[in-house]
Amino acid sequence: MREADLVILGAGPAGMAAARTAAEAGLSVVLLDEQPRAGGQIYRDVERAGERRAEILGADYLKGAELVSDLPHPNIRHLAGANAWQVEEGRRVAFTLDGEAELIEGRRLLIATGALERPMPIPGWTLPGVMTAGAAQILLKQSGIVCEGAVLAGSGPLLYLVAAQMCRAGTPPLALVETQTFSDRLAALRHVGGALRGWQALAKGLGLLAELRRAGVRRYTSASELAVEGGSQAQALSFAAGGRTHRIDCSTVLLHHGVVPNTQAARSIGVPHRWDEAQRAFLPERDPWGRAAGLETVFIAGDGSGIGGAGAAALAGRLAALAIACDLGRLSAGERDRAARPLQAALARELAVRPFLDRAYPPFAGALLPGDDTLVCRCEEVTAGDIRRYASIGCLGPNQTKAFGRVGMGPCQGRYCGLTVTELLADANGRSQDETGYYRIRPPLKPVTLGELAALAASQSKETVE
Amino acid sequence: MKTASTFRDLDPEGPRVRVRFSGRDLMLREGGNLAAELLAAGVTPFRRTPVSGAPRAPFCMMGACFDCLVEIDGVTRQACLCEVGAGMEIAMPAAGRDGDA
Ligand SMILES: Cc1cc2nc3c(=O)[nH]c(=O)nc-3n(C[C@H](O)[C@H](O)[C@H](O)COP(=O)(O)OP(=O)(O)OC[C@H]3O[C@@H](n4cnc5c(N)ncnc54)[C@H](O)[C@@H]3O)c2cc1C
Ligand code: FES
Repeated sequence: MREADLVILGAGPAGMAAARTAAEAGLSVVLLDEQPRAGGQIYRDVERAGERRAEILGADYLKGAELVSDLPHPNIRHLAGANAWQVEEGRRVAFTLDGEAELIEGRRLLIATGALERPMPIPGWTLPGVMTAGAAQILLKQSGIVCEGAVLAGSGPLLYLVAAQMCRAGTPPLALVETQTFSDRLAALRHVGGALRGWQALAKGLGLLAELRRAGVRRYTSASELAVEGGSQAQALSFAAGGRTHRIDCSTVLLHHGVVPNTQAARSIGVPHRWDEAQRAFLPERDPWGRAAGLETVFIAGDGSGIGGAGAAALAGRLAALAIACDLGRLSAGERDRAARPLQAALARELAVRPFLDRAYPPFAGALLPGDDTLVCRCEEVTAGDIRRYASIGCLGPNQTKAFGRVGMGPCQGRYCGLTVTELLADANGRSQDETGYYRIRPPLKPVTLGELAALAASQSKETVE
Repeated sequence: MKTASTFRDLDPEGPRVRVRFSGRDLMLREGGNLAAELLAAGVTPFRRTPVSGAPRAPFCMMGACFDCLVEIDGVTRQACLCEVGAGMEIAMPAAGRDGDA
């Protein structure tokens, strides 16, 4: 079994920044990520992107290059392509690397597994040709592949960013179909003070909109009744806007209405989570350093603990690393606090714009509580109507749904249905999301083959003999 | 299987290698992301669901949705987490509860 002072799950901005800070404080660090290269979602493949791609992706993307080039350090081992599928007792992690299962034990564990795009169940969202907007962006970042003639639908700053990047790549989207309404924007104005403190984020958003206007991208706002049409492949997006029904022919539909914390790893070890109404998602409970409630050895940082963006993720990663270095006797409490102060101030500035963004670009209501015929669980093909029927015969929480059907039991383990199932049950039963709860997540977090498990068992028994 | 791809490669240079998908020869960029390269080659669907046989293709490109499952040299894997290697034999996963642990 490998060992380290600190094991970090996830090599995005949070994990990378934490690794560097911890290494500089003298800790031995092992950084695991299932991706073949460091960077996380925002800085995916930043090292490999050529000039052309960098121009398309913009200056923000290139900021990641610095974090990645900071990784090489004698105290840091980056295990790329390592898929972590089990966390035990808050310090041991089982993972698969090159087809072989291995174990690593850290004195501290930092979960920095980032965000997922919020599930956006609308009719037809499982058809080939429907992807998340983030997926289109990953195709561009990682492979230099662009989607021609696509329609983008949903809400949020990332939707504008992806649209602008597509324009720069010479393949502007056919249309941008936005679900947020005028009253959302009005309500957001209450938070404009915070937004102005985070003015850089706001200015960036306005710049993107101007870019889309110049490129002549058609925009629809306050859209509702979104549906993808097609038999075995997406053929059109239909929706209502401005009192009319619209239908746009397209074979690629890119959906996005915000990102939510990826809580699988934290949940699997019993970290308590609480519903956050502003982010409309469950967040793990932790102290200001990122230490998980009730688990002395576990820290959580970055978007996995609440959506704050890449800048906030890196700062939170550094703060967690300082607390861990102090735990393990490498820094005194005074040294930790002194180093933390500027980071905390910068974090507050990064987070100032969030209330404005959350209010201006709420998730699409029609996809939070989809119609009865819409598939909710992509893996097991369970509909919203099925979930409502479970509720009508007494099902109160997501774990009970498993007694009725296989919802949430497919390979994605509820990543793309969990929040929808919670919302549907809460709504049908007239209970809060906290009362309704979420799936109990059990290992393995990702499917593991029997061969991989056997290899792990064999290597461990060998260690005991030696 | 459709062949007209709506996905376009910005810089199509670079060495390519031969792989097979469901009996068809494809020339894909060596070391490229397998799901992305298959999409660019016009491959769709990647799999059919065990429940209803509905066609599926990559949705998230980040290892979370499992709609890109394919069988590579006999092992079911997420194409979006794999890199293209010469001679890969790729097939749609056999019907059944593939991917379940
Ligand atoms: C698809 C997508 C695209 C985005 N694009 C942008 C953008 O262009 N601009 C922007 O400002 N924000 C973007 N965001 C938001 C952005 O991701 C976050 O603000 C930021 O990346 C958070 O950093 P992080 O370090 O918390 O997590 P991430 O950057 O998400 O990194 C988490 C890492 O953990 C790894 N991981 C997760 N689970 C496991 C596991 N079980 N085993 C091994 N490794 C694991 C992942 O592979 C990933 O590399 C995007 C989000 C998503 C989901
Ligand atoms: S496309 Fe979602 S897991 Fe590969």
